[in-house]
Amino acid sequence: MSERKYELVYVMKPDATEAEVAEQQTQIEAIIARVGGTLEKTDPWGRRKLAYDIGNHKEGFYVLHLIAGSGELMKEIDRRLRNTEGLLRHLIVRVDEHERKADRAKNIRVEDSRRRRVARGLPPDRQPGEGPQAQDGDDDDRDGFDPTEA
Amino acid sequence: MAFAKKSGPAGSKARGRGAKATGDKKDGQRRGMFRRRKVCKFCAERIDDINYKDVRVLSGFVPERGKVLPRRISGTCALHQRKLRTAIMRARQIALLPYVID
Repeated sequence: MSERKYELVYVMKPDATEAEVAEQQTQIEAIIARVGGTLEKTDPWGRRKLAYDIGNHKEGFYVLHLIAGSGELMKEIDRRLRNTEGLLRHLIVRVDEHERKADRAKNIRVEDSRRRRVARGLPPDRQPGEGPQAQDGDDDDRDGFDPTEA
Repeated sequence: MAFAKKSGPAGSKARGRGAKATGDKKDGQRRGMFRRRKVCKFCAERIDDINYKDVRVLSGFVPERGKVLPRRISGTCALHQRKLRTAIMRARQIALLPYVID
C-alpha cells in the first residue's frame, strides 16, 4: 500500500511533565513500529494559550508529528489517543495530497510568469534590480463607470 | 444606468456608485465614497497553502465574534475561501482559534 503522509497534532494538559510528554511520544512510536510506518518529524510547539477553555485548562502543551504510513496506522493511533488520559485534543490531517496540490499550483504560476516574460522578450527569470511589479490596471476602476453597461 | 450595479438586488436604482467590487451587494452607498477594490489576499500574496497552523494568517479572517469573515467583506476568492474555511475549522478543533467569543 502506498504510503501517505499525515500530520498529527495533539494537545496535552499544561501540567504534564516532561516525562509524560516523552512517554506519550514513545507510545506513538510503539504503535508506528507495530503497524508499520515512519515517524518523519517531531516538533513540540510547547505551551500555548488555548483559544477556549477545555475543562478548566487555559493552556496546553502542543506537539506536532509528521508520520508516513497507512490509513490503518492512523486509525489505530486515533483510537489510542481517544482513550488517552491527559490529552486535551488531537487532530490528524492527511497532508500529502494537499502538498502536491500546492506544489502544482506554484509550478503552474511560475511557468505562467516565465512564459509571459519570454513573450515580452525578457529573460524567463526576474533579474536582480528589476524592482517590484508594475502596479497597473488600478486606475480604471476608480470612477465607478462600467463601460460594458452603458 | 451607467452608475447602477451590474446585477444588484432590488432597489439598487441609480443611487450609489456601483463599484465593481465583487460580491458587494449593499446599495445606497453615499456618492463620492471611495471604496478600494477588494482583492483576494491569498491570490495577491501567492499563498498556495492555507494551513491550519498559521494562526496569524487565519486570525485575520476571524473577526471579534469568532465567525469566519464572509467573502463579500474580505474579498477572498471562492477557491481560497473554501480552503480558508477548512483551515479555520481545523484550527478550532485543536483550540488554536475559538469557536465563539462572547
